[in-house]
Amino acid sequence: MIRETHLNLGIIALLIAIPAWALMADEPFIITLMTRAVVFALAAVGLNIALGLGGLVSLGHAVFFGIGGYAMGILAHHAQTYTPLTEWPFLLEGTKSMPVIWLTAIVASTFAALVIGILSLRTAGVYFIMITLAFGQMFFFFAISWSAYGGEDGLSIYVRNGFPGLNTLVPVQYFGLCLVILLAALFLNARLAKSPFGLALNAARQTPARVETVGLDPTRLKLVAFVISGAITGLAGALFADLNRFVSPTMFSWQLSGEIMIFVIIGGVGRLFGPVVGALVFVALEHLLGGLSEYWHIYLGILLLLIVLFGRGGIIGMLCGRERLHD
Amino acid sequence: MTDPILKTHEITRFFGALKASDAVSIDLRPGEIHAIIGPNGAGKSTLIAQICGSLAPTSGRVEFQGRDVTGLSTRARSRAGLGRTFQISALAMEDSVLQNALLGALGASGRPWRFFGPALKDSALREQAEDALTRVGLQDDMHKRTAELSHGQRRQLEVAVALTLQPKAFVMDEPMAGLGSGGSKRLTGFLDGLREQAPILLVEHDMDAVFALADRISVLVYGKVIATGTVDEIRANKEVQDAYLGEDA
Ligand SMILES: Nc1ncnc2c1ncn2[C@@H]1O[C@H](COP(=O)(O)OP(=O)(O)OP(=O)(O)O)[C@@H](O)[C@H]1O
Ligand SMILES: [Mg+2]
Repeated sequence: MIRETHLNLGIIALLIAIPAWALMADEPFIITLMTRAVVFALAAVGLNIALGLGGLVSLGHAVFFGIGGYAMGILAHHAQTYTPLTEWPFLLEGTKSMPVIWLTAIVASTFAALVIGILSLRTAGVYFIMITLAFGQMFFFFAISWSAYGGEDGLSIYVRNGFPGLNTLVPVQYFGLCLVILLAALFLNARLAKSPFGLALNAARQTPARVETVGLDPTRLKLVAFVISGAITGLAGALFADLNRFVSPTMFSWQLSGEIMIFVIIGGVGRLFGPVVGALVFVALEHLLGGLSEYWHIYLGILLLLIVLFGRGGIIGMLCGRERLHD
Repeated sequence: MTDPILKTHEITRFFGALKASDAVSIDLRPGEIHAIIGPNGAGKSTLIAQICGSLAPTSGRVEFQGRDVTGLSTRARSRAGLGRTFQISALAMEDSVLQNALLGALGASGRPWRFFGPALKDSALREQAEDALTRVGLQDDMHKRTAELSHGQRRQLEVAVALTLQPKAFVMDEPMAGLGSGGSKRLTGFLDGLREQAPILLVEHDMDAVFALADRISVLVYGKVIATGTVDEIRANKEVQDAYLGEDA
């Protein structure tokens, strides 16, 4: 068995080494693929907080991913067409600035997660899965019908948005930016898991009756986890849209919610680097098998089945065994 | 006589046609251990659930520290000072023993909204948790995973978590169950001293423990209190002997 911290450091090394190699070998497409994996990983880090720590099986996380995507799309669209978002009650212009877009994405998905969380957490189990799925479909069809922002066709952004001091059009620079954000999110996630809040949330997942008996509110703990989770996935959505310079209703689709969950399950539910491993494996399979067959999802399905049947802790669980206790 | 800390007024609870609590009126006075005994299915756990707020009575009232708490949630009653232990351990099995105790201390502190610093490094919480674990004799098992504890050790951890709450009254559902005679004696000795910190409403099947500890005993049969009294009174009670104690008392 490998020590989990060693494996995690190895993964970080890989995240740096592969693009470095691609840069020297002049393979920009590999860098783009790695950026895709990193952004997916960030989305799944978000879900892992709700699912792994809080035990909330959300099949609607594409809502936040899509909101982040549309935050980018709408702001950049108004900036590139020189039209204001609104002139009343005050003038609001679009922007091509990533920090502003990210902040908008985080605020909007936080708000959405709060509303969806309050409504969904009244239920549990299968009903929770269904209600989050239903919210996803609601946003999906709303986006399709929102003709001001491209409806079904979505929005194309001609030039990637800017970040002070960087040329984001250079693939490796944008990759670096996304990687830093992912690592920051992982750091916060690690701290969160050990914090008093993390302790209480962990217990709320395992034994809500106990949590109430010590005077805490398990539902409120889960709600806060859901909101943090949604905010992170929302930020990932903004990065994803900027990577593709395109946003469409598919970002809200239930398939995407499913994929985010698959990243977490493949890597290991509740494991800090589970989402990263899952996203890397997914993007690798998508790239390698997708070239061979249109139906590469079949292989993904088989992998998923094997993991669910034989390795409950995902790939990280198979390599490292059970999670060590905090000390 | 001092006012009771905890009091139930004619608590009745139906499960369909089954009367699991039948107009139960009991009280818990400062400094005492009040034992509730009765055969399996008598409604002891059901009574405790209503006292602690996880189950609403069909009718009747619960009073805690002179206040009607019938409408309050489990959480609110815990914060008001009720320290409960479960008959079937409700512990976070994947977490360490220390983390479970820490959860109690965290609940008592009322400050769970801290997202950054490690909980295990919070010296105030940790001191409280370690102290409680030491008092129940789990100081050497603190860093074990809770799932690895024996059944009896889980019972001890249940008590430790309740201790971290520093409650005004303990409500314990069969803390001795599965403890073995050595562990049972130890816990009996511990609970004996604990009544000075806060009175204990003690549901227990272990008659040696009950007779050694109880200041008063109430006997519950088919949801109804058929007798309340001192150990000697209960031992001498004809109805109790027929219904529950049998020939060995
Ligand atoms: N949620 C419930 N729904 C229906 N019936 C219940 C429920 N909970 C308990 N009962 C019934 O109520 C009665 C009292 O159960 P309770 O668990 O309170 O007994 P107890 O005195 O604690 O028994 P034991 O000594 O076995 O712990 C039993 O007949 C039980 O089957
Ligand atoms: Mg019981």
